[in-house]
Amino acid sequence: MQTSMLIVVLLILSSIAFYLGRRRAFAVARGRARNLHSLPSYYGYYVALWCGLPALLVAGLWFSAEDAIITRMLVDNLPPEVRSLEPGRVDLVLNDIHNLVNGNITSREPDAAMLAAADHYRQLRATSHAALSVVALALAIVAGTFSLTRIRPEHRARNAVERIVMALLIACSSIAILTTVGIVLSVLFESLRFFQTISLFEFLFSPQWSPQTALRADQVGSSGAFGAVPLFAGTLLISFIAMAVAVPIGLLSAIYLSEYAGRRLRASVKPLLEILAGVPTVVYGFFAALVVAPMIRDAGLSLGLDVASESALAAGLVMGIMIIPFVSSLSDDVINAVPQSLRDGAYGLGATRSETVRKVILPAALPGIVGGILLAASRAIGETMIVVMAAGMAANLTANPLEAVTTVTVQIVTLLTGDQEFDSPKTLAAFALGLVLFVVTLLLNIFALHIVRKYREQYE
Amino acid sequence: MNSQKPTRDGADGMDSRRTIEIVRAGLRRRQAAEKRFRLYGLLAILLGLVFLSVLFVSIVGNGYSAFAQTYVRLPVYFDAAVIDPEGTRDPETLGSADYAGLVKASLREMFPAVTERGERRALYGIISNGAGFELRDRVLGDPALIGTRQDVWLVADDEIDMLVKGRVDRTLPELDRRVKDDQIGWVDRLDAEGRVEKRFNTNFFLAGDSRDPELAGIRGALVGSLYTLLLTLALSFPIGVAAAVYLEEFAPRNRITDLIEVNINNLAAVPSIVFGLLGLAVFINFFGIPRSSPLVGALVLTLLVLPTIIIASRAALKSVPPSIREAALGVGASPMQTVIYHVLPLAMPGMLTGTIIGMAHALGETAPLLMIGMVAFIVSIPAGVFDPATVLPVQIFLWADSPERAFVEKTSAAIAVLLAFLILMNAVAVILRKRFERRW
Amino acid sequence: MSSVDMIEKAVQSERTSFRQAAKDMDSLTRRPEQRETVGEVRVEDPRVRCNDVNVYYGEKHAVMGVNLDIGRNEVIAMIGPSGCGKSTFLRCLNRMNDTIVGCRVTGQIFMDDQDINASGIDVVPLRAMVGMVFQKPNPFPKSIWENVAFGPRIHGLAHNKAELEEMVVTSLQRAGLWEEVKDRLEQPGTGLSGGQQQRLCIARTIAVGPEVILMDEPCSALDPIATAVIEDLIDELRGHYSIVIVTHSMQQAARVSQRTAYFHLGNLIEVGETTQIFTNPVHKLTEDYITGRFG
Repeated sequence: MQTSMLIVVLLILSSIAFYLGRRRAFAVARGRARNLHSLPSYYGYYVALWCGLPALLVAGLWFSAEDAIITRMLVDNLPPEVRSLEPGRVDLVLNDIHNLVNGNITSREPDAAMLAAADHYRQLRATSHAALSVVALALAIVAGTFSLTRIRPEHRARNAVERIVMALLIACSSIAILTTVGIVLSVLFESLRFFQTISLFEFLFSPQWSPQTALRADQVGSSGAFGAVPLFAGTLLISFIAMAVAVPIGLLSAIYLSEYAGRRLRASVKPLLEILAGVPTVVYGFFAALVVAPMIRDAGLSLGLDVASESALAAGLVMGIMIIPFVSSLSDDVINAVPQSLRDGAYGLGATRSETVRKVILPAALPGIVGGILLAASRAIGETMIVVMAAGMAANLTANPLEAVTTVTVQIVTLLTGDQEFDSPKTLAAFALGLVLFVVTLLLNIFALHIVRKYREQYE
Repeated sequence: MNSQKPTRDGADGMDSRRTIEIVRAGLRRRQAAEKRFRLYGLLAILLGLVFLSVLFVSIVGNGYSAFAQTYVRLPVYFDAAVIDPEGTRDPETLGSADYAGLVKASLREMFPAVTERGERRALYGIISNGAGFELRDRVLGDPALIGTRQDVWLVADDEIDMLVKGRVDRTLPELDRRVKDDQIGWVDRLDAEGRVEKRFNTNFFLAGDSRDPELAGIRGALVGSLYTLLLTLALSFPIGVAAAVYLEEFAPRNRITDLIEVNINNLAAVPSIVFGLLGLAVFINFFGIPRSSPLVGALVLTLLVLPTIIIASRAALKSVPPSIREAALGVGASPMQTVIYHVLPLAMPGMLTGTIIGMAHALGETAPLLMIGMVAFIVSIPAGVFDPATVLPVQIFLWADSPERAFVEKTSAAIAVLLAFLILMNAVAVILRKRFERRW
Repeated sequence: MSSVDMIEKAVQSERTSFRQAAKDMDSLTRRPEQRETVGEVRVEDPRVRCNDVNVYYGEKHAVMGVNLDIGRNEVIAMIGPSGCGKSTFLRCLNRMNDTIVGCRVTGQIFMDDQDINASGIDVVPLRAMVGMVFQKPNPFPKSIWENVAFGPRIHGLAHNKAELEEMVVTSLQRAGLWEEVKDRLEQPGTGLSGGQQQRLCIARTIAVGPEVILMDEPCSALDPIATAVIEDLIDELRGHYSIVIVTHSMQQAARVSQRTAYFHLGNLIEVGETTQIFTNPVHKLTEDYITGRFG
């Protein structure tokens, strides 16, 4: 039975269970709903939940475990010469079998053993699905019938249903925590494997980044060096350029909009600037590569400067444009949170608007603005598409914005989208970089959110 | 109280006569500073708007021409000897015939003077590689065509398309262009004969990806985006609303709920590419969900947009006044009933607005999808959530990386389509907010 | 009588009293007309002279044709029920109404033979001359010293550090705060008690060296002891400045002011010596207000 089919059948069963439950409630109450503890439909929900939930839960668990178990069984049945290969190669073979089953292109011509394995895989999967269908449907019927027999007039169906719903609500809320745990575990595990081959010290402090491991001894430029310093430097350089663009423009426009502009100008300009925040980053990347980078190179040429076609300046500039609305709307919130009474106090002493802004409002809003800028910086550090499309691949350690640099995110994408070798340091390095990225942005965010919250409390 | 009483005319610097003189003297300088500051603000806004308009103008300026496609009308002789030498009309034979040869024959016929091999190859290059398939589809649709001579409109090659659209600089030396002088001459002759025409590019919306720009379309990406987005919506909306309801209405104030709250706020600011790593490690490598499928894309995007939806939904719940809850509880509803029947309906517009904004975000997201293999080159249109697929922004990324000049306009046009969808979604969100905005 | 009847009756009486209240409201909010002011609005050698001052908030006519003089070195109190336009009128005197969107002021307000309500007037020197103390103490989130030095700094009144120091100290002394804060000038002004904060705001105002000080219900956020200290201070400051104080408390007006102006629905109803207004009001509305019939 198809998965989607199974789910549909379970849903149908549950709705049947709902009607049965409600009817039974009427029956035990001898037709008078007043005799029941809860409204009749709650008895229906009660039975329906019992019928549907356990079965769906089992199906979910089954699916998450199925693949691992089938693969294990498959490996056990592979020809001995394949099983004796090193783990990485076995994975490759398994990958090809998967591809065969799914009708994708395989890395080489399938041989008889592989075709047999693919058949075996299909068979196992079919058996597993059939078994699941039987188990799930049986469970649904048994649990539904059992709950149906428990219906009595004094049965507290509403409380039971509400308890189940509450449990579901709690489960949904805990997804936030599970996500964080999942992120930490997934990057941490792979990173630890990475640091078994490459020392943490080398990764953090060596200035050599050249992740292509040599296939032949005489290959040039493939030293397999994993010193991430040039990536950190490149990330910081581009983020710095972005902030240098976004902070003055964002802050000044927020000040103008909240302190000078009339209501009409504010109402029309604010949403226009916010469009910049809604434009997908891939569009900015295209814009940077197609328009901005050539423009900067031409401008550099006319000044007699040698500008790389993938200069850090182009990527940083466009990233800055992307962040403008971010800075301006956060600053706008913060500036508006400064109480009017402070403005009145300054105006009452004869301060001009700009003096009020510079000497009263900005100092008062400073913590909030700093928090906002830190959040924006964390966004710049983690931004991917713009740098993938407009910054370089070469790991140059330079502070010259006219040269090409590469960033952490660019390298993660490059390492994971090319031809992947399982468990090679190259693939694992991407996770190590991801770990660094996650930790740095997390710290920035926690710090920034803390500052902003403290600031809000000050004026509440 | 202080007993000291300075006299009014004391030389203590607070004499108002002196004050007014000093203030008047400094006025001009301060007014200038004020004007300057105001100008900076105005310039900042102007700069922001200039960036915005340059962005849009360059996208639209590069992309509008992709909605038209150049066609060339050629007299094609559906030669029975080539298509169906045995006369069986067997669809298999008809389907595997050398239709590209028919196109070439037609071109040779039109330009008999071209005989040299290299020249001939250049001549064939005028028409797209896909022209043969077009002819095949026609013959399969109507086998009676075999043996007749028809005037057929065929898709021109992308370089010729660029030439006709005026995007090739004819004054450049021949070596610097992909389109050669001979080809320009032929196309001009065809044009003079009325055999060249620009038509609305239906192919762009109906075809999947292709290595040939003139054959590439966004349908595969659109369908992939649709599947991914629908699944994301189906997962994230109920989960997000449920989490918001619990946190806002039921959760006790304790360490754990504080932790969840901090977590959600932080997740909203985690770089999206990290979610891609999570998807790769957990959903693909651990749970074995097929790579590149809309399912795995949707799972990643769900985790990505959940914080947005939860935060927006909580704000919506917060804006429902407590008096509503008190009224419902007062007539004997349970807390759960109060929330489901009274609070949720009132908060629904706000939640929907937040969800639409989250969906718009998901629609434009690219980086995490690269991690989970949606970046593969996929020609076929996905038929389900387990099929390999790509999405619109990733398609844009792929095309932007292609060297062909014609992909620049395709990319821009795809971006225009993506932006149109985003603007539409945001407009719906704005209307929803305006319409149901309530002041308690 | 059944319970239902009782409830019905209660609802009914509620309804009638509600109708009565609605009627009262109606008479209060009915578009009011302009009235003549009773009493002498002019004084000899005034510091400020107002001629036919009107304030509009959009459609609403908030202050109607007020004529009033403010004398030198006097404290004049403005009293009246809330929403009567007294604060709005006060804010005309240093053009603070400029900061409110949709607010329009007509008429003339003369200081030194110059109409400060004229369009070409720069508000900066005006506000340096006419200081203001607000309802809620609003010290800047800076140190006590910086709060007081703010005005002299922006106007560039001090030529050197010593002069500035002297201004700060003198202002704090005049505001009667020096003894309490002299050891902690570097601490934030927001850390002081409410009454101290309000005196800090007064010190901040007089540090600029104004001639007129406007006080908009300066004690409404303070406890009685802090109020008494401020009232004493106002009395002392009278030697140096003209003070216009808006107050809700008739007792306060009686204690600190020499003249009193009574506002009602945007009209200046009656002006006179404070003793006369409180002991022998001429206008019926003034009398009703003084005797507590409304307000």
